[in-house]
Amino acid sequence: MSMFLETLIGGLLAGTMYSLVAIGFVLIYKASGVFNYAQGSILLFAALTFVSLTGQGVPAFGAIAITIALLVLMAIAIEKLLLRPLTNRSPMTLFMATLGLSYLVEAVAQGIMGSQVRALDLGIDDLPIFVGDIMISQFDLIAAGVALALGIGLSLLFNRTRIGIQLRGVADDTRAALSLGIDINRIWQIVWAVAGIVGLVAGLLWGARQGVQFSLSLVVLKALPVLIIGGFTSIAGAIVGGLVVGAGESLAETYLGPLVGGGITPWFAYALALLFLFIRPAGLFGERQIERV
Amino acid sequence: MSEIDLRIATPVNGTAGLRAAGLAAGTVLILAAPLLASEYWINAIIVPFLILSLAGLGLNLLTGYAGQLSLGAGAFMMVGAYATFSLQLRLPDLPLPLALVVSGLIAAAVGLAFGIPSTRIKGFYLIVSTLAAQFFFEWLFLKFPWFYDGNSSATIALPRGLTFFGLGAETPHGRYYLTLGAVALITLLSFNLVRSQTGRNWMAIRDMDTAAAVIGVPVTRAKLQAFAVSSFVLGIAGSLWAFAYLGSASVQSFGLSRSYQILFIIIIGGLGTIRGAYLGAAFVSLLPLALDWLFQHLFSGHVDAGLLQNIQKGIFGLLIMWFLVKEPEGLARLLGIKPPARRRLFPSSQNQELNP
Amino acid sequence: MTTPVPPALEVRNVSLSFKGVKAISDLSFKVEAREICALIGPNGAGKSSLLNILNGVYVPDSGEIIFEGEHFRRMEPLEAARRGIGRGFQNNALFSGMSVVDNVITGLSRHSRLTLVEEMFRLPRARNEERRFRERAQAVLHLFGLDRHAATIVGTLPYGVQKKVELARAIVAEPRLVLLDEPLAGMNAAEKQEIAAVVARLNKELQLTIVLIEHDIGIVLELAHHVVVLDYGRKLADGPPETIRDNPDVIAAYLGSERAEIAA
Repeated sequence: MSMFLETLIGGLLAGTMYSLVAIGFVLIYKASGVFNYAQGSILLFAALTFVSLTGQGVPAFGAIAITIALLVLMAIAIEKLLLRPLTNRSPMTLFMATLGLSYLVEAVAQGIMGSQVRALDLGIDDLPIFVGDIMISQFDLIAAGVALALGIGLSLLFNRTRIGIQLRGVADDTRAALSLGIDINRIWQIVWAVAGIVGLVAGLLWGARQGVQFSLSLVVLKALPVLIIGGFTSIAGAIVGGLVVGAGESLAETYLGPLVGGGITPWFAYALALLFLFIRPAGLFGERQIERV
Repeated sequence: MSEIDLRIATPVNGTAGLRAAGLAAGTVLILAAPLLASEYWINAIIVPFLILSLAGLGLNLLTGYAGQLSLGAGAFMMVGAYATFSLQLRLPDLPLPLALVVSGLIAAAVGLAFGIPSTRIKGFYLIVSTLAAQFFFEWLFLKFPWFYDGNSSATIALPRGLTFFGLGAETPHGRYYLTLGAVALITLLSFNLVRSQTGRNWMAIRDMDTAAAVIGVPVTRAKLQAFAVSSFVLGIAGSLWAFAYLGSASVQSFGLSRSYQILFIIIIGGLGTIRGAYLGAAFVSLLPLALDWLFQHLFSGHVDAGLLQNIQKGIFGLLIMWFLVKEPEGLARLLGIKPPARRRLFPSSQNQELNP
Repeated sequence: MTTPVPPALEVRNVSLSFKGVKAISDLSFKVEAREICALIGPNGAGKSSLLNILNGVYVPDSGEIIFEGEHFRRMEPLEAARRGIGRGFQNNALFSGMSVVDNVITGLSRHSRLTLVEEMFRLPRARNEERRFRERAQAVLHLFGLDRHAATIVGTLPYGVQKKVELARAIVAEPRLVLLDEPLAGMNAAEKQEIAAVVARLNKELQLTIVLIEHDIGIVLELAHHVVVLDYGRKLADGPPETIRDNPDVIAAYLGSERAEIAA
């Protein structure tokens, strides 16, 4: 029993790391209807920048400030040069564009800052905590806390602040928002910048866990099942989705894995997502799309 | 006659003879290539170019014509390659060309299975299915030694001494003609297919979405056909890639980056065109060479291989974005080959207006 | 002693809502065989939504549809097409990069009996079917006077001609009921008269039952045998065109803006 609980809790906590990444996607999808494939690359870029700067002796706060500034600039550039020309194009086109963007961002990030693995020390030790028989990773616990805090913070932002409401307006009906005088371009820039910062947080935590290297950008491949399951338009969904995927993967690897030789983690989440697509295409918290002909 | 692609312009007086001569000369050149070009060029440039074109063609049928986004090209190529290996291993008397066809059919069946979700899922959510295929097969072909005959490095390769139609399969000649034959034949068949009712069905699904079913297009059947045919072609491309080009292959040869590469080929070359695959493959094959040459000259050979890779990557990224913004019909349109078609690819589902 | 022909289509107590907004409320009406029935009403009155229900794009929350005597709670788009319900779209479901005749042939898709292999190798059966379909498409084009445009790329044609192509595509598979969504939208007076004449011909010569959504009241009064007025998803009036014209509720629904046109 305790092994089950340990696996489950470990999985749930790991899942919050996925949630953290997924939140960045939700922000952008909510505001511009785009699945931003480049989110992973931006995450990598943010983490690399931080690590490179601190490696050069820049104090942590300074490094964060500079990284955020760069992310803001990036958001503005992306909005002006990519999103605006592609307004009104299909989601598929936009997605493919972000695919191209991800290549560019990765190339720049690694080209400038190199491709070796860097260690990232956030000062959080990965010590085990024992609750009865069950071992829990301290790092995972803190990461989960951060993810939840971020999730709650952003939810409040969406629901309580003026910017948040404008954002939801833009997501709901772009034309109506325009007619209300909302500056859509600014909103998009803000959203992409915030998503970038979320990416920074996620990048730092993931980087601390597994080192800052190229594989960081592959988190995007984990975010997709999370979003399918939790819904693309809800932060709560991203969190729940992450929990489901994390727990699912963990339990599947432990209990199903041995039956087929193990290592099923890479594709299990996708199988789960496929299942959800059949049962609940909009995800647990998502909105149903209405077609018009 | 459908004029979506490959319109042979009606020749102006006097140029008809010239065109025929040009076509004849071209054919002779293509057939005689192994005698004219160096072994290096055949093995390292032309054969992979042809195979990538074939893969692009396969993916274009599914994504460019039928509008079903797929990131699983690598997976289906993998299935084809491993199928050919198993067939050759376990049925050694099976002639190579037949083995290729059967592998294609196996890949088609797999493609069909992973295409079933497309009947319920639309738009870019579909990549979940093809990505699932990608990750699943990367795991499957590594996990079970049966697929690679227990070989210690988990690679697959064809036995020596295979022949087809009297040509040795490992010689440059053999590889070239095998590849050329397959590519030429499949191109012709695809050409016929896209100009038939099935091709129109696919384009209706891509361009008219829900309205397609309303006007009587058998959407479910057509989508599944798209997956099956596309995977068939990709399966053969995968076999050729493994055995006519690489010599020996493993799961890494067909990873996610391969799927990206094929997708890039058709975006750059032109979605929804037959020639787009060729143009894109030519571009993707030649760009690394061009960059190499450029850097050799600019920096006298002192360039970090990693940096070169990154630059290439960056250029691809920029090009993808550029093409999507400016010219969704890719090089095919850019080079002025395509007839003007004010068509918007992939109707926006935000405002489900029916765009012709 | 002719036995009465049952109505081609009956809509019975149909309701539909989206995200809490009621698009159609308890709508009922009948369309007699071989009549032209016009659906009119202000924008957002639920007219297009009704057509979408009939084609199987939307599923009504309640109510049923009776088509040629058979009852349906819901329809599947392909099934609607198979049963003989054709559709013309507001924005034209055409391939702008293809020729006129190829576009029309697309409407025959569900009648194709070919396998992939036959198409790939262009086997005799494939070539025969293609020929037969092309002949049928040409025949329909002839009906619309579009013969000389058969090989023209649709995107290069004027809008009015494109509309005819769209109509040709809608009827090429010989439907018995055709639903037309604002077939005259975006046209000048002369083009409207032309298309209206085509619709009248389709009804008379091909015995087609036609349900059409239209805003031009003048045309509606001339063309339709039967008018149904919708407003906010509810039926406001239902009857021959003359009775609608002077109906105070209808006039009020249009805010009196059509009064002058109607009275003229």
